[in-house]
Amino acid sequence: MFGFGILSGLLILPLIGAAFILTLRGDSEAARSNARWAALATTIATFVLSLVAWNRFDTATASFQLVESHAWLTDTIRFKLGVDGFSIPLVLLTTFLMPFCILASWDSIGQRVKEYYVAFLVLETTMIGVFCALDLVLFYLFFEAGLIPMFLIIGIWGGKRRIYASFKFFLYTLLGSVLMLLAIMAMYWQAGTTDIPTLLAFKFPYNLQIWLWLAFFASFAVKMPMWPVHTWLPDAHVEAPTAGSVILAGVLLKMGGYGFIRVSLPMFPDASVYFAPLVFALSIIAIIYTSLVALMQEDIKKLIAYSSVAHMGFVTMGLFSMNEQGIQGAMFTMISHGLVSGALFLCVGVIYDRMHTREIKAYGGLVNRMPMYAVVFLILTMANVALPGTSGFIGEFLTLMGAFRSNTWVAFFATTGVILSAAYALWLYRRVVYGEIDKPALQTITDLNRREIITFAPLVLLIIYYGVQPGPILDTFAVPTDALMQSVQAALSTVKTAAVAAH
Amino acid sequence: MNPVLAIPAFGPVLPEIILAAGALVLVLVGAIRGERSGEGMNIIALALLAAAFVAVLMLPDERVETMYGSFVIDGFAKFMKVLTLVASAGGVILSMDYMRREGISRFEYPILIVLSTLGMMMVISANDLIALYLGLELLSLSSYVIAAFDRDNVRSTEAGLKYFVLGSLSSGMLLYGASLVYGFTGSVSFPAIAGILQGQVGIGAIVGVVFVAAGIAFKISAVPFHMWTPDVYEGSPTPVAAFFAAAPKMAGMAMATRVFIDAFPGIVDQWQQIIVFISIASMTLGSFAAIGQRNIKRLMAYSSIGNVGYALIGLAAGTVEGIQGVAVYMAIYLAMTLGAFAVILGLRRGNVMFENVEDLSGLARTHPVMAFCLAMMMFSLAGIPPLAGFFAKFAVFNAAINANLVALAIIGVVTSVIGAYYYLRIVKVMYFDEPGAAYDSMPAGVKLVLGLSSVFVVLFGIVPAPLVAAAGAAARSLF
Repeated sequence: MFGFGILSGLLILPLIGAAFILTLRGDSEAARSNARWAALATTIATFVLSLVAWNRFDTATASFQLVESHAWLTDTIRFKLGVDGFSIPLVLLTTFLMPFCILASWDSIGQRVKEYYVAFLVLETTMIGVFCALDLVLFYLFFEAGLIPMFLIIGIWGGKRRIYASFKFFLYTLLGSVLMLLAIMAMYWQAGTTDIPTLLAFKFPYNLQIWLWLAFFASFAVKMPMWPVHTWLPDAHVEAPTAGSVILAGVLLKMGGYGFIRVSLPMFPDASVYFAPLVFALSIIAIIYTSLVALMQEDIKKLIAYSSVAHMGFVTMGLFSMNEQGIQGAMFTMISHGLVSGALFLCVGVIYDRMHTREIKAYGGLVNRMPMYAVVFLILTMANVALPGTSGFIGEFLTLMGAFRSNTWVAFFATTGVILSAAYALWLYRRVVYGEIDKPALQTITDLNRREIITFAPLVLLIIYYGVQPGPILDTFAVPTDALMQSVQAALSTVKTAAVAAH
Repeated sequence: MNPVLAIPAFGPVLPEIILAAGALVLVLVGAIRGERSGEGMNIIALALLAAAFVAVLMLPDERVETMYGSFVIDGFAKFMKVLTLVASAGGVILSMDYMRREGISRFEYPILIVLSTLGMMMVISANDLIALYLGLELLSLSSYVIAAFDRDNVRSTEAGLKYFVLGSLSSGMLLYGASLVYGFTGSVSFPAIAGILQGQVGIGAIVGVVFVAAGIAFKISAVPFHMWTPDVYEGSPTPVAAFFAAAPKMAGMAMATRVFIDAFPGIVDQWQQIIVFISIASMTLGSFAAIGQRNIKRLMAYSSIGNVGYALIGLAAGTVEGIQGVAVYMAIYLAMTLGAFAVILGLRRGNVMFENVEDLSGLARTHPVMAFCLAMMMFSLAGIPPLAGFFAKFAVFNAAINANLVALAIIGVVTSVIGAYYYLRIVKVMYFDEPGAAYDSMPAGVKLVLGLSSVFVVLFGIVPAPLVAAAGAAARSLF
């Protein structure tokens, strides 16, 4: 339509919804209700549209599909969109999670309702934009633009230390990203374009690759987040409203991993090989150290936030093991973690809405009054621990296998993280759900209501379904993984030849 | 032997002639009608600026020299004159309601604005040192008077005096530098100077260049010649501060570009160091010093110091891309500045103007549209995409990377993150804090300026190409 394709539609649709909500007058209960329903309708429509895009998507090819290109900044910097097997699952993850975020905010957001949904819908556009952009400047634009709505979401609707958390989130990620911007410019002058498909075929000189890799790493490592630049995440998670945490853990963290797959690995393969030991070291520290930190947390959200950092450690480890299992496992972990951690934050939101505290000490024995909640929370905890039969297992197993092929010691240390994650997750579950109800405040707590059941049912079912049937997702990015492997393998083999020659 | 007597072509000078003749007419009207001249004067001034605007647009794109080589018109001059006229018109529109309510609506104000604009236009088109100095003095003298325009107010008169004393010093430095350059090259004409100053040049001429640079740095309020800026912005009536933050900056950056690119192209290595230094110093000081400010006008002063630092990155590159970056940067900076000052002008309750950061508390709830616009200005000034400010920074940093000024670019992006802190603080105060009492509704003129600049800043990212392409054409005309 008008020369715009389905991906433009995905970007514009949430904005239309946001514009509609802005036109609602007044702050009456009716206006708020209209804003909620409009936001829900918009996100569902966007999800349906993304399903259409997926339906048109051909998993048999590694090239970019649904490509559209419009004149934009200059002749060489264009508004170019497209998806391949790596990005379309993340687009779907985004559009899939958004309606749950809207539902989760239904009752818990009581003030400035319209602004809240407008911020969320704008955020959705920027997230989809990151995964669809086929031009690095456009990629950067969406990558950064998401900071504005997220800053407002944490700062306006967050908890007690929301201002500190929102500033830390914004400035931390901005500082990481600006170096990436300079790297994009350097690539532009080197290759004459910022068109991603062209750059994928372009061979950067070795020395330049090192610097560019570092600049991109600064950005993606903060976004991921990797140890030691993860400290913004627990603060942001704890203070953000429930839906903000869901999006933060479910989608925003995936931008870093997606960036590694889209830019660092294929465009700077030599530098990636060079820096792989560094990434391995940071990943292992992240897995072990943050798991230990998670054990000591007294705030439920903070605990899940630290567990997210640990899981992202598996993702980076898998990516930089640079073999098929590792990369597929990393992609799968990202999708699975998006569902699991998103659902876990929703779980915390359920009890937070009732008790208005996230202290682990304030809970205990919930199973007595909330049996359904206990079941949901148990399944999600198991998925977080990566129990076989849940989607968490597939990703973690594949990344560990990839790491094992690449470096057995890395796999050895990472595996201890699996044990630690069981420790903190099960201990959390025991403290919150099991035992006797001895706190008077909990005597009247109610189980999941209908809206909450509707929210959790699809998430739980998907987590189990993909645990048993990982094929559909894995097939989506199987072919692009092969294509990526070819470019990386070339770099790996030169290093090996050089090593052999040196001996 | 009578080419000297030949009458020069007046066509290229038409915009300046319109302003000069118009200013004289305004003086006459003012002298005859006196205090009764009222609002009409502003309207005539706006009409004059609009007529000059049309005349500028009708100028040819190719380079034309006239007035015996002292006046030049090219694509770059056209581009910067358009910006200057828009800025001046913005200054007039923002002042109309304010001056009336403060009881200082005198007929001199629009005249001084027009004269000052005339000075800016001459500076932009100056092709020799004498014409440059004349234009600069016209611009400066008018500015000193309008800084002190609220003459019964101690702060305003102090601002005017301070501006005058420091401004005279800088004019002296510029003149001294110009005399050195003339002494060592034997010419005041930019093309002639460019022909002589090539390769190895003597220390005397370099000293001259340094003094010229110091004079220019004062006009664009670049560190270390920035000290007057916060005091003058704070003391002058708010619309005057808006005018200072917008229009003379356009002319100043155009002047800097014209002098360094047209007159000293052969000694890029020498002046590049100066520009790199004042750029880094301005960006750093602008970011750090603004953090502690409680007065929004002072904060905007430091913000403009920092922004000049970013624009100078483009000049430091000294390439076509760099000058294109300067042009793009100034155009976008203009919209952001006018928008931000429009909001400051909206903070009025009865006869009291509010200008502290905490007065913005909870503005998002009392005046959601105004708060949204200011928030977008702030995010844009911080350089966050997809707002216009991002494209401005992109243009100059891109040029710096291309010119191998990587260290400068890295310092630039780091200071922009530090600067983001104080811009965010304004957003925080408006959106996260509890609201105070509501303000009066904005005057129509202020609303218009705020609306136009907000639309520009927010939607620029959708169709950035026209401005970027126009700036590119303007930049190429200099080389």
